[in-house]
Amino acid sequence: MIAAPEIDLISLAPVLVLSVFTMLVMLIDLFVGKNKSVLVFVALTGLLLAAVSSFAKTDWPVSSFGGSYVVDHMSVFFTMIFCLSSGLAILLSVDYNKRENIRVGEYYSLIMFCTVGMIILASSTDLIMIFLGIEIVSLCLYVLAGIRRGDTRSNEAALKYFLLGAFATGFLLYGMTLLYGATGTTKLAGIAEALSHAEVLSQPILVMGVVLLIAGFGFKVASVPFHMWTPDVYQGAPTPVTAFMAVGPKAAAFAAFFRVFTTAMPELAPTWEVLLSIIAVTTMFVGNLGAIMQTNIKRLLAYSSISHAGYILIAIIAKGSLATSALLFYMLSYTFMTFGAFSIVILLGRAGKENLELEDYSGLGFKAPLLGLAMSVFLLSLGGLPPLAGFVAKFYIFQAALNEGYVILVVLAVLNSAISLYYYLKVIVFMYMKEPKGDFQISLTPITLIIIIIGLIGTVQLGLFPGPVISLAHP
Amino acid sequence: MLESYTGAAILLLIATAIAVGMVVATTILGPKRQFADKMEPFECGESQLVSPYQRFSVKFYLVAVLFILFDIEAVFLFPWAILYKKLGLFGLIEMMVFLLILGVGLMYVWIRGGLDWE
Repeated sequence: MIAAPEIDLISLAPVLVLSVFTMLVMLIDLFVGKNKSVLVFVALTGLLLAAVSSFAKTDWPVSSFGGSYVVDHMSVFFTMIFCLSSGLAILLSVDYNKRENIRVGEYYSLIMFCTVGMIILASSTDLIMIFLGIEIVSLCLYVLAGIRRGDTRSNEAALKYFLLGAFATGFLLYGMTLLYGATGTTKLAGIAEALSHAEVLSQPILVMGVVLLIAGFGFKVASVPFHMWTPDVYQGAPTPVTAFMAVGPKAAAFAAFFRVFTTAMPELAPTWEVLLSIIAVTTMFVGNLGAIMQTNIKRLLAYSSISHAGYILIAIIAKGSLATSALLFYMLSYTFMTFGAFSIVILLGRAGKENLELEDYSGLGFKAPLLGLAMSVFLLSLGGLPPLAGFVAKFYIFQAALNEGYVILVVLAVLNSAISLYYYLKVIVFMYMKEPKGDFQISLTPITLIIIIIGLIGTVQLGLFPGPVISLAHP
Repeated sequence: MLESYTGAAILLLIATAIAVGMVVATTILGPKRQFADKMEPFECGESQLVSPYQRFSVKFYLVAVLFILFDIEAVFLFPWAILYKKLGLFGLIEMMVFLLILGVGLMYVWIRGGLDWE
């Protein structure tokens, strides 16, 4: 008998459950006829069971597989966010796929496989495992972005994302190699231990490794200057996939980003803090100033997601347990408001005409007052107005940064928050202060209604009563 | 130390001898009928001067991708087969799970019609 590495399948429970259900979805798709609604049911059951099974271990933190996988407070909370965002993405796709004639079997399985990758990404404490997670997530997203094969924009999105993504993964991997070369281990805890020795810490190769890691992760979370792909890919990808990409995979990349930098390299903080601060500030400015000029709602939301990446980067710079819970809370509230906004974007489209220009929103507030109101709530929350979730989330991150003494960073972030209100309000101005161009043909189905209501409840509840969730997010 | 390479050295010698022997034998024994096509650098009936911008069926791509997939599967099977006895039941179950996952994929491709050429 060869000494196999310590195997703890229980801590892998969500990954295993989700993998099994993903294959079930694929197989069932082969044998059911035209009516594919059973797939949605199976997929959602799988996501729900995965979320539940992440509590199979409760004595956190549980480290397994020789220290390369961990079940802790952060990974479980992120697993919840991933299952929620994938569930919402699948629900959001039901009507959209019917309208756009997208083949559903592989679509749902890809979203679920992507979720498997995201869970691995958020729970890994080994560079190799993190790379594996990133690859699973990225490969699924490349295909999902181009799943509308007949559409040239979708093809462009997939190709751009694939080429740039492969390049960024190369950077990431190179950074990991240099880090391994300097410290002699790929385990995050091992790296932190090795870096506590002065002779290891003084190697110039480390700086190079850190810079390359930032480039790799920076691409995945869409931070400046690695954000160029975001507007094009977000615009070209099918809208539910865009919503999914803006939330789930981004949260997963942030989870790994946060874990690598705060647990493995606190000793190197003086080096990467400066770099990340510069990136955070430019990301916020480029995202917000870029969004002002957009006339396409999907591009506008893409730039808005870039600017949000800037705010979230502040959490990584702040480090510490307060920053962890701020990051978790931010990602959860971001999930609700983003999916809410995108569900209304999808609702306004119809077969052959997606109605994605801001002009198309003219007069929505009068023609469909409740939809207009819901959209306003989501946009204002994204802008960070109280008493909505976006405000509390930002407040929390800024507080974590202030506690660590990053005053200038917070001042610039608040300034950016103010800028961002301009373009969110611009959409609202279109909805309430312009004459409608044509007639809206809105067919509100129960599923879309459910998503909008979930989004509204999440956005308002997290804004008014953030207490319970904040205490959950606190380690 | 060096003795352990004796086997490899003998293998190398025999392999070289066979290769050289074949070239020498065909040169001496083989019939020599020369004509234009045969003297071209490329054989197999391929014309040497063609436009590189040829169109070929996109199905080749699908076949190639599927081939790589199951090729890699075979690559993973080899180390497992060598260590089969040492890995025991644990290794068997692990490998069966791996094969099952790939099998599901193959089944999906098959029923979806990915293997049909037409």
